[in-house]
Amino acid sequence: MSASLLGEYFPILVFIGIAAGIAIAMVAGALLLARQKPDAEKLSTYECGFEPFEDTRHRFDVRFYLVAILFIIFDLEVAFLFPWAITLGDIGWLGFGSMMAFLGVLTVGFIYEWRKGALDWE
Amino acid sequence: MIAGLAFYVFAAILIACATMVVTSRNPVHSVLYLILAFFNAAGLFLLAGAEFLAMILVIVYVGAVAVLFLFVVMMLDIDFTKLREGFQRYAPFGAIIGGILFLELVMVLGSWRFSGDAAELRLSPAPAGITNTEALGRILYTDYVFLFQIAGLILLVAMMGAIVLTLRERTGTKRQSIPDQLAREGKVEVLNIPGGQGIRSLGILRRLPKAEPAPKKVAHHGHDDDHHGGGHH
Repeated sequence: MSASLLGEYFPILVFIGIAAGIAIAMVAGALLLARQKPDAEKLSTYECGFEPFEDTRHRFDVRFYLVAILFIIFDLEVAFLFPWAITLGDIGWLGFGSMMAFLGVLTVGFIYEWRKGALDWE
Repeated sequence: MIAGLAFYVFAAILIACATMVVTSRNPVHSVLYLILAFFNAAGLFLLAGAEFLAMILVIVYVGAVAVLFLFVVMMLDIDFTKLREGFQRYAPFGAIIGGILFLELVMVLGSWRFSGDAAELRLSPAPAGITNTEALGRILYTDYVFLFQIAGLILLVAMMGAIVLTLRERTGTKRQSIPDQLAREGKVEVLNIPGGQGIRSLGILRRLPKAEPAPKKVAHHGHDDDHHGGGHH
C-alpha cells in the first residue's frame, strides 16, 4: 500500500466520518428525545379511506430487466476504456488496434440489438 | 495507523453487511445491505492499493449489478408467508448441504499453501512512479490482447443471450416507424397562405366541431361504499 495514494483519499475518509456522524446523531437524537409510541397502524400502508387492494410489490415487466442487462454490458465496455485512455500514448498502435477491435465486436452487438428492436419501448 | 484502523472498520462493516444480506427477512433490504457491502469492499480494495478496481466496483457493481438485483427481487414476486411454510421440512436437507459445502471449504483451505513469491508480490501491487490504472493499461491492451478480445466476445454473447431470452414481439402494439412516416406521399401538402386572409381565401373550409359524446359514467373499481367524496387515492 502506497502512502501517497491513501493520503489523497484521506479527505474522502473524513467526509465518510462526518456523514456517518451526522446520520447517527439524527437517528439517535430521534430515538432519545422524541416520544416513542409504537403502533402497528403506523407501519401500515395509507390509502385514503379503504384497505389497500394488494401487495405493494408488483411483478415487473421483463423488459426492465433487459434494459438493465444491456446497461451493465455497456458499463463494462466503458470500464475498459478508462485505463486505455490514460495509457494510449505508451501502448502504441497495437493497443489502439486491440481497443478498436473490442469496440467493433461490441458495435456488432449494438447493431444487433438495435435491429432486433430491443431498445424500442412500444 | 489510520489505514490500519480504516481496514478494521471497513472489514467489520463488510462482514456485518454480508451477514445481514443472508439473514434479512425482506429481500429488498438484503439488496441494500449488499450495496453497503460493495462500498466497503471498494474501501478494502483501495486500502490494498487497487485504486482502479475499487472505483470499478463502485461503478459497475453498485451502479449496475445492484439495480439488476433489485429488478430480480421485484420480479420474483415472493409471498413471504408461503416462503417460510416448508422451513421445518427442508431444514435438515439445507443443513446437510451446507455442512458438505463447509467441509469442502475446510479441505480446500486446509491444503492451501502460499507460493514463495506471494509475500513480495503482495507488497508491490503497482510499479513505482505510476498509478494503478496506468499500470493496468500498459499491459492489458498489448500483453494480454487475446484475453481482452475474449472479454469483448463474452460481452457480445451476454448481450445476444439477454436479447434472445427476454425479447419477445408483442402483437397489437403500435410502434412508430420513422422511415415510413418520412417517406409517405400525398397525405401532406404545403400551401402558400397569403398573409392576413386566413385559409378561407384558398377555398379551405374548416369543419364544424362534432358534438362531443356524452361523458361515460366512470366505473369505480368496487369499494364505492368506502369512498367518501372526491379525493381519489
